[in-house]
Amino acid sequence: MSRKPYSRTVSTTGWWLDQPRYIRYMAREVSCVLIGAYTGVIVIGLMRLSDGPAAWAGFLEALQSPLSIYFHLLALAFALYHTTTWFNVTPKAMPVQVGETQLPGIFIIGAHYAGWVVVSAVALYLVGV
Amino acid sequence: MARSHKPVIWSLFAAGGTFSAFVTPVMILITGLAIGFGLLPAEALAYERVLAFVQHPIGKAFIFLAVFLPAWHAAHRLRITAHDFGIRADTVVMGICYSLAALATVMTVFVLLSI
Amino acid sequence: MTERQIDLEILRYDPDKDEEPAFQTYRVPCHEDWVVLDAINYIKDELDRTLSYRWSCHMAVCGSCGMMINGEPTLSCKAFLRDLPDRIRVEPLANFPIERDLVVVMDDFMDKLASVKPYLVPKEVKSVEDGSYLQSPAQLKKFKQYTLCINCTLCYAACPQFAHDDSFVGPAALALAHRYNLDSRDVGRRAREDVVASNAGIWECSFVGACSDVCPEHVDPAGAIQQTKIASTVDYFTDLVTPGRGK
Repeated sequence: MSRKPYSRTVSTTGWWLDQPRYIRYMAREVSCVLIGAYTGVIVIGLMRLSDGPAAWAGFLEALQSPLSIYFHLLALAFALYHTTTWFNVTPKAMPVQVGETQLPGIFIIGAHYAGWVVVSAVALYLVGV
Repeated sequence: MARSHKPVIWSLFAAGGTFSAFVTPVMILITGLAIGFGLLPAEALAYERVLAFVQHPIGKAFIFLAVFLPAWHAAHRLRITAHDFGIRADTVVMGICYSLAALATVMTVFVLLSI
Repeated sequence: MTERQIDLEILRYDPDKDEEPAFQTYRVPCHEDWVVLDAINYIKDELDRTLSYRWSCHMAVCGSCGMMINGEPTLSCKAFLRDLPDRIRVEPLANFPIERDLVVVMDDFMDKLASVKPYLVPKEVKSVEDGSYLQSPAQLKKFKQYTLCINCTLCYAACPQFAHDDSFVGPAALALAHRYNLDSRDVGRRAREDVVASNAGIWECSFVGACSDVCPEHVDPAGAIQQTKIASTVDYFTDLVTPGRGK
């Protein structure tokens, strides 16, 4: 009897469609496109600011366009998905042991959400909401 | 096998991911949505007000971090994502992604130093 | 005892006869408390003696019976028929070459396990007369979870990075390295980094997390790899600042 192992091929482009957990993973990964694009918006805004009041006014007006609003809604959705997926895995990446027991993950995750709420509230307060 | 140099980019990825997890949602809300949805008056982002913030050392530091960290996080994740979508030309993808992050970094530093 | 007629579609492959694998369906009268392994054993005993597969303990401790059940990496001794539909697709574990029927080639995995130095590298070797290494319960707790791996390799079947690059050292081997890295009696973390912190080691991982999802022992190899990324990154920058310190 001879050995003739058979290797099955896996699609390099469509593998993630096979299972919901892979689709959720790809959604998390794709969040970087929106976050990267939003970072680009900040850079453009910064340049418009340095070009003077007229350029800044144009930038603000563009921000109110429907395209911009839709983009920011999409970016916010993906940014929130990034936030939740990032916080949810922190106990796995940085477990905390107190004596002989592991600190339940919910405390670590909860602390992150609490910090996030504080940061967001402070930012909104400072800007004038 | 040799030890990888990935820690260099990964530490930026991790720092950027943490920063953007905490800060990006509220920033998007403030800059892109709050005025349109009536949460903020238009004057909140008035030229003089934003300029004063960006000219202040704390404002400069914040804006730099708000660009630098998420840019490199997104660049590295995009490189991995391209691979996950089946694009195998890693050197090319890496070049494009990190160049974009470098460009954003350089432009931001240039403006922050001169504004 | 009521019987349920289950159709098992099993991917067959005979290296002497077949060019490629093909499905064969068997109708099995099943007892309500059976697992998939029981149905496969029935096929072997009553319907088709040529079916080849690995199994041993039938109680989810040996790690032998891993296979794809309706597309999910599962221990067949733990896949209860009461949780499954009447038609079940059974395939050999994904991402491994098929030896024959449901038996996959494990040689590469064995090599990878060995490559991470899965043994204690003590600071000073003690002879028996010197007494035992002392370890507190708290120190044991730190790495206990990562000792539970039964080498079933379901994690490799779930990992899309391993699917596309079989040079990836993989979840189980890296979790095992982490078990020793966390052991208070061990100082081998730096020595393991040649393999663990290489591009084929932890840096191949993009934290999909599927490995931890399918692990029957809740080892959490994904967590082990992320913790190792952090430790390796600290080591990397420490070495930049103080070269030679870690050798």
